[in-house]
Amino acid sequence: MSDPVLEVIGLWKNFGALEVAHNIDFTLQRGARHALIGPNGAGKTTFIDLITGVLAPSGGQILLNGQDITGLGQAERSRRGIARTFQINQLFRGLTVLENVALAIAERQGIASSMFRPLSFYSEITDEAMELLGNFELSDDALRRIDELPYGRQRLVEIVIALGQRPSILLLDEPAAGIPSSESQHILDAASALASDITVLIIEHDMEIVFSVADYITVLVSGAVLIEGEPEVIAADERVRAVYLGEANRD
Amino acid sequence: MTPDAEARSYFSRRSRLKWWEGLPWILAVATFFVLPDYMAFGTQVLITIIFALSLDLVVGFAGIVTLGHAAYFGVGAYTAGMVSAHLGWTEPISALLLAGFVAAIVGFITGAVLLRYHGLTLLMLTLATAICLQEFANVNEDVTGGFDGLTGISFAPLLGLFEYDLWGHTYYWYSMVVLFLVFVVVRIMVNSPFGLSLVGIRENSARMHAIGTPVYRRLVTVYGVSAGIAGLAGGLFAESNAYVTLDVLSFARSGTILIILILGGVGRLYGAFAGAVAYLVLEDELAKMSPEFWEFGVGLLLVLTVMFARGGLLGIFDRLRKLFSRATS
Repeated sequence: MSDPVLEVIGLWKNFGALEVAHNIDFTLQRGARHALIGPNGAGKTTFIDLITGVLAPSGGQILLNGQDITGLGQAERSRRGIARTFQINQLFRGLTVLENVALAIAERQGIASSMFRPLSFYSEITDEAMELLGNFELSDDALRRIDELPYGRQRLVEIVIALGQRPSILLLDEPAAGIPSSESQHILDAASALASDITVLIIEHDMEIVFSVADYITVLVSGAVLIEGEPEVIAADERVRAVYLGEANRD
Repeated sequence: MTPDAEARSYFSRRSRLKWWEGLPWILAVATFFVLPDYMAFGTQVLITIIFALSLDLVVGFAGIVTLGHAAYFGVGAYTAGMVSAHLGWTEPISALLLAGFVAAIVGFITGAVLLRYHGLTLLMLTLATAICLQEFANVNEDVTGGFDGLTGISFAPLLGLFEYDLWGHTYYWYSMVVLFLVFVVVRIMVNSPFGLSLVGIRENSARMHAIGTPVYRRLVTVYGVSAGIAGLAGGLFAESNAYVTLDVLSFARSGTILIILILGGVGRLYGAFAGAVAYLVLEDELAKMSPEFWEFGVGLLLVLTVMFARGGLLGIFDRLRKLFSRATS
């Protein structure tokens, strides 16, 4: 049964002569664990930037729950339930873990612009932040500054901030990037344990990770969709192998 | 306290009044009794603290770099000066409020343009804005007095009771009350969700966009508020000196207030207090010792601060306190 939460139709982006997204058609089903894979430079992060509104597309349409959001800015899309994490940590480094998460929660609750009451007045912010942090075993780190935290834990905070937005769609851009594979399992467990009402699109490099998490996979090469389907279909596909083996040989 | 309970009370502990927060006010009151001959000087210190506080909101909390904050100080000063000199509006409190209001409006309007830019571009544009305003005041000398300055400013007794006096007693207390009120507002603001979001923008504006923050709108808001406070400082300056020159809009004033803030400590409110007192006292003492060479001493202090005391004078106290608590624990 098809119940698309996000539809991308003929999405296209170029910087001058450089085409980074080429006529992409893409559908994200509600509740899916969808993976987006592809070699370096395939345009995966660009695709995320287009969905979240960091970049304006040169053509095409993006529909969220059937509504056209192509013309909306980043903040507005975020308020409508699209949250993302970043491949390279985008955290508030000088602030505590609690403050990092509180920022997202305050923004979502619409109280981030209130000036005349102290943060402590809004105990719902702290309560929600502590609950989220508890889910990720980060309670004890709540009052530590981000830059005092080991990198693996920082990667978790990266996700918790996005969850503070209570998204309906969560875009995870290589959540396990930069941490040893022994620890990456922890991140993946966290990603797979997310509530089922959150639709997850995960960009990942590591095929093992992809096959353990995703129930649907899209392969992006040179800004265009090469193939999409169930993990078994993708694993069996010759072209996908060629792309990945080709890259492996280059490494 | 369990870690969880400790975390839950974090925001209330952070915004709670600390015992040492009474010190600046005790000092300010004590100065009146101990150094009665220094009231005119003390008034300038208080005004400078207000101005530095307004800059701290913008630079220290929101991370907006500016070299043109004198623009709003100057608008405030000229507003208060001109309503008195030209319109005969001599009630000081309403003139002061008007100064703050006009400066805030100018702040919102210029901020709406300026804050579309970042980094060096923004820095240059803030500088250019202040220079343009100064030149504008220079050209329109029939209303501003131009290069010769605006004279004929006089104000009625405060609340109809307290006469302007030669020793500056009245304006010392008046400035202290204004500083106190401004400080209360600013302190509440930086401890609010709005204040945290400013720091978030300073720390990582890309992520703030991603979590749905209308970054630009929030920056324009704080910029306008800050401009209004700078305007209050300017208005007080005009009222206490009964004289306004182009100097209130000068690059030197924009630069000096930034130096004062860096000297005291950026993004910590009390840096404005420490910086203003340290800078002005030092300037005063050095100027007495060596009228031609005093700026060398100020420059040297700034170099030393930036090299060895990141976080300014208050940063030094912070480090000493940490050392002390480590030694005792």
